[in-house]
Amino acid sequence: MHQKRLSIALAGNPNSGKTTIFNNMTGTRQKVGNWPGVTVEKKEGNVKKFGYDLKIIDLPGTYSLTPFTIEEIIARDFVLEERPDVVIDIIDASNLERSLYLATQFREIDCKVLFALNMADVSRSRGFKIDGKKLSELLDVPVVFTVGNKNQGMDTLLEKAIELAESSYEIPQKRRVKYSKDIENSISSLKSFLENWTEGSIPYSNRWTAIKLLEDDKIVKKRVLNKAGENSREILQQAQIHRDFLVDRFDDDPEIVMTGERYGFIAGIIKEVLTTSTKQRIDISRNIDLLLTNRFLGFPIFIFFIWAMFQLTFSLGAYPMEWIDMGVNFVSKSLAHVLPNNLFKDFLLDGVIAGVGSVAIFLPNILILFFCIAIFEDTGYMSRAAFLMDKIMHLIGLHGKSFIPMLMGFGCNVPAIMASRTLESEKDRTLTILITPFMSCSAKLPVYIVLAGAFFGARAGTVIFGIYLAGIILSIVTGRLFRSTLLRGADAPFVMELPPYRAPMIKSLLIHMWDRSKIFLKKMGGVILAGSVVVWILSAFPHNISYSLDYNSEIAKIKASYNAEIETAHKSDKKLLAKKRDGDVAELIKLKKAEKAENSFMGRIGKVLAPVFAPIGIDWRGSIALLTGFVAKEIVVSTMGILYAADETDDSAALKNALLSSGMTPLGALAMMVFVLLYMPCLATVAAIRRETGSFKWMIFSVVYSTSLAWSVAFCIYQGGTILAA
Amino acid sequence: MLLSNIKENQTARIVHIGGNGALRRRILEMGILKGSEIYVEKYAPLKDPIELIVKGYHVSLRVKEAAQITVDNVK
Repeated sequence: MHQKRLSIALAGNPNSGKTTIFNNMTGTRQKVGNWPGVTVEKKEGNVKKFGYDLKIIDLPGTYSLTPFTIEEIIARDFVLEERPDVVIDIIDASNLERSLYLATQFREIDCKVLFALNMADVSRSRGFKIDGKKLSELLDVPVVFTVGNKNQGMDTLLEKAIELAESSYEIPQKRRVKYSKDIENSISSLKSFLENWTEGSIPYSNRWTAIKLLEDDKIVKKRVLNKAGENSREILQQAQIHRDFLVDRFDDDPEIVMTGERYGFIAGIIKEVLTTSTKQRIDISRNIDLLLTNRFLGFPIFIFFIWAMFQLTFSLGAYPMEWIDMGVNFVSKSLAHVLPNNLFKDFLLDGVIAGVGSVAIFLPNILILFFCIAIFEDTGYMSRAAFLMDKIMHLIGLHGKSFIPMLMGFGCNVPAIMASRTLESEKDRTLTILITPFMSCSAKLPVYIVLAGAFFGARAGTVIFGIYLAGIILSIVTGRLFRSTLLRGADAPFVMELPPYRAPMIKSLLIHMWDRSKIFLKKMGGVILAGSVVVWILSAFPHNISYSLDYNSEIAKIKASYNAEIETAHKSDKKLLAKKRDGDVAELIKLKKAEKAENSFMGRIGKVLAPVFAPIGIDWRGSIALLTGFVAKEIVVSTMGILYAADETDDSAALKNALLSSGMTPLGALAMMVFVLLYMPCLATVAAIRRETGSFKWMIFSVVYSTSLAWSVAFCIYQGGTILAA
Repeated sequence: MLLSNIKENQTARIVHIGGNGALRRRILEMGILKGSEIYVEKYAPLKDPIELIVKGYHVSLRVKEAAQITVDNVK
């Protein structure tokens, strides 16, 4: 049987428990994507219930429907243009007065709307009694009480929504916000003007359009211009006349006056439906904040939480990462035994399997980090963190919440950039994403350890600390620079709600965590895998290099001559000779590997680029190492190991010795460290930037900016240092 | 008197909200309106932003933003 389809949009204030209700309704059958053209998350879910096929859309949480933020524009446009069958406005019953502000706006749009008074239990415990029947009567809207985190009232809510969708409910003309006389006069005169002049070409309620024109709503004005054809100028002119009159009459903008009047109307409703019992209960949330945002304890506690998150993500995450690594190695080794030696085998093992490994290795970090972030968000601590950090972050022109992604950058940039999703303003998000890569990630540390260890000895620690500090300083400089140029204005106002603390729901935490990880695997995994294969091809080809020396026969020759010697040698010398033989063979294999790397496409590109790196004190081997670092920064060390022909031992002392004897100077090492700190982020991070900014433009910009900055700073250090030393 | 001059744990009544454009309207939309009672819960450890209680809920404003709001009847 073909079931009837209905679309239900969930709207409401942030922290109204909207997401919990959405999770209750849809469970795990959710589709997470982005709203077209923007990076605001869009969640949808399909549910079969009561013989209907329900499509439930979670609109972004908003306080209002004025088109100031991207979230508000999305929510309003969805209701206006996509016309869902029903809108459910989820209202925090313990915060009725402010929540009704959004509710009255839905009422004004004249869509089929239903109020869910959520967290009814919290509201009751705080001593509020809401007369739902009266509220329903006063606004002529069905009202349902729900307790989202206890999964109460969901069925009733859906039932009522379906009932409302199927009713031939005529939008009543009364019982909505009534403004003062002068405004109402302007509205009705503009409304009848619209009725006569548009002939229904504007698909919104005429009263609503009139109100928006009086409010000087830029988006509605533009739609009128597009849709009303030649009459549109006339309409806008008429609206301007009324607007000017009202400005003159109230000595203020009509939208300001109307905001006040809406709240006046709401105050009237509150008086009738809300009774507050006098018994004052202890406000647990306020008591928690006495501690968590305390003048003296607030920061230490915050730092502890962040430290704990960092530890969980990167230390606890290291175990599953090791298992994944072992698993990949195991598969790789097993296949190595089974498959015949050919190019396909190399491709499969070093290209594909290594590539899959490099995607999967991030998964533990991302799962744990987003679990922690979900706890911060769902409990309400996230806004406290922003409250504490805002003063500091505001110096860079950022919001307090930017702190978390930037800090996570010290661990790994991929989850860090994904964490920027918690920022509401798109400009803040873009700026945070652009400067996060300057937080030196953990994969860069081995590079510093090798270089600083080789050239700065006892002062290595100080030098590495200086590198980290340089990253922070340059991120501040970059932040201020972009804030005053590319991403100017819209310094997001810090009108931030500090919602009451709530116990998080494990189901919601898990859904949150899984959504992020899915995005990572699906949207970025492919790019990272493809990139790894390309880099493998570049370093593995051309396959048949004409070596300067026939290494294989040389190795065979040495082996043969040693073996002959061992045969005849005295028993006590045998061991020594065998050791010597192995050493000589290893030396040759090392040279062969270095020559192979030098002659690969990657090596050739590195040599071509060598003149670019020469002014910053990096030779062609360093250039190749930096290029391969695009796959993952830790590869820089292993490539250097191959190219500088260091002994294949696990401790980095061998590489240090090789570097010291390669002609690199301490100044060159410093320049190289700074370059590694700043130059283009690794492949996975670049994929994350593309994904989270939603644009190739920002991705390319980030790569170009960071690499140019890296070169310039390294140039200043190397050349400046050379001059000073002379 | 400006809201940014009010001390912790004091209540005041809003007389006027200055500033312009989106920020001013956003402040109003959050229920911070002329005539509303506003309670200064606390200042952040670094003295900025401020935590306020208005219409029964907690909201924070930067000091710079609070300096646009004139109040009287400070208690």
